[in-house]
Amino acid sequence: MTELTALTIAEAREQLKAKAFTAVELTEAYLAAIDQANPVINAYVAVTHDRARQMATASDARLAKNEGGALEGIPLGIKDLYATEGVHTQACSHILDGFRPRYESTVTANLWADGAVMLGKLNMDEFAMGSSNETSFYGPVKNPWRATGSNADLVPGGSSGGSAAAVAAWLCAGATASDTGGSIRQPAAFTGTVGIKPTYGRCSRWGMVAFASSLDQAGPIARDVRDAAILLKSMASVDAKDTTSVDLPVPDYEAALGRSVRGMKIGIPKEYRVEGMPEEIEKLWQQGIDWLREAGAEIVEITLPHTKYALPAYYIVAPAEASSNLARYDGVRYGLREQGKDIVDMYERTRAAGFGDEVKRRIMVGTYVLSAGYYDAYYLKAQKVRTLIKKDFEDVFAAGVDAILTPATPSAAFGIADQELASDPVKMYLNDVFTVTVNMAGLPGIAVPAGLDAKGLPLGLQLIGKPFDEETLFATAHVIEQAAGRFSPAKWW
Amino acid sequence: MSVDLDTVKRVARLARIAVTEEDVSALTGKLNSILGFVEHLDEVDVSGVEPMTSVIPMEMKKRIDEVTDGGKAADIVANAPATEDNFFLVPKVVE
Repeated sequence: MTELTALTIAEAREQLKAKAFTAVELTEAYLAAIDQANPVINAYVAVTHDRARQMATASDARLAKNEGGALEGIPLGIKDLYATEGVHTQACSHILDGFRPRYESTVTANLWADGAVMLGKLNMDEFAMGSSNETSFYGPVKNPWRATGSNADLVPGGSSGGSAAAVAAWLCAGATASDTGGSIRQPAAFTGTVGIKPTYGRCSRWGMVAFASSLDQAGPIARDVRDAAILLKSMASVDAKDTTSVDLPVPDYEAALGRSVRGMKIGIPKEYRVEGMPEEIEKLWQQGIDWLREAGAEIVEITLPHTKYALPAYYIVAPAEASSNLARYDGVRYGLREQGKDIVDMYERTRAAGFGDEVKRRIMVGTYVLSAGYYDAYYLKAQKVRTLIKKDFEDVFAAGVDAILTPATPSAAFGIADQELASDPVKMYLNDVFTVTVNMAGLPGIAVPAGLDAKGLPLGLQLIGKPFDEETLFATAHVIEQAAGRFSPAKWW
Repeated sequence: MSVDLDTVKRVARLARIAVTEEDVSALTGKLNSILGFVEHLDEVDVSGVEPMTSVIPMEMKKRIDEVTDGGKAADIVANAPATEDNFFLVPKVVE
């Protein structure tokens, strides 16, 4: 028998059904892998051994009666911003110290209803603000990938760095993640995993710690395209508890795999050829174009003229919404409290001690752009630019384009504690240059591994689709995956 | 536009974040770097453009105005740093 943690969700699902092994055996294999690897990788901030064993035992009982759900007995990791009843939920912030919600998020409730097993909570950038997982109160996550012949630790990307690292290192069969500006797709690209941010409104945001409400969306990170399709099917739902949850049935995404791309029109946006982009990324992009053309797709050059304004507009809209959402952390209802001489002093000291530097910066930017006299110049203007960004995509889709192919990131994974990135926050923000447009327009986007660079590090491509057309993304990403193959890091931990 | 030390102090107060003099000077540089970056938007002509108010065009969901949940006071205060009889306790606000 192969190592149990090596199996994809699809493989484990079949073998559990065939009773080749039990859900408890599978869960124990993952718990042992986590206990061995986590002191090094730091992907988990809480491991729920007892809960996992109880859930797996219940799964075995259902499997024995052939009553297993779509994810019966599949061990998953959960990003720390999903409310999980009675379990560590802090969005990796100090300010939520000790928070144990009395309720369950809709996304995780959907997964448990389908029989999935919770292994624990995954590390992330604090409040999902970051592109390297270095802003976590619980310290950085190490990327399971290293450059050939090097011992230097690399970041797994962010904000869903724990999710991506845990999936790549086989510390869970799949993971939940979330994406506000690229937080699923960038870490997926940095770790050779598949990540999809579905259309805004496809997954309920109820029970997710809010960062920027008009941009946040849940999605999975998985080992391959099929597993991502299986997970999204379970995570997505129509939910009366989220007024932005869209009233559309959830399709069987897995059924879209194997669908031909023959005759499909794939757009290549010229604005994504950014200055200073490494030649390797350019080559990878061309390789993706060739694969899709060989599979019968028609390749068309397109223009998305407002692309370069997406990131500046994002850094108004996202901090503005964050400053409002994070106003709730004041030391009164949950988490940390620092004593003060009066109530305002208590608020100020609590927030000074509880938030990390990057979160403080974004709250400050958001407060500033929303403050009296600046609203029109910043926030209103950014929302107008957002309309233009969305219109760019609408025009392209109206002209018959089915999906858009771009690089996922402007580089491969970089080093932990990179000095250049630490000195200027804007340099770190540029990581999301290819992904953030998708959030601004509310569209679905998938990152799929497409190759390794000269140093042996994974690189990903991104496909962008029409609203609620995740099926085309899965079908097209599957074609790329078939051509590119799958990528796993050599174990060093 | 760029911010000076006094503006940063004022914004920190509005955001209810205590800052030291040292914090203020570090923050001023970083905030100006971010504000300089977002100023690229000045190049865009937005005359006649409506601001985005809904990411996905959809009608606001409505439901009948009725009590559907409740009776959970103990759950609601369960995570609070200080409580008494299902109330949140805070430092004295009114003398």
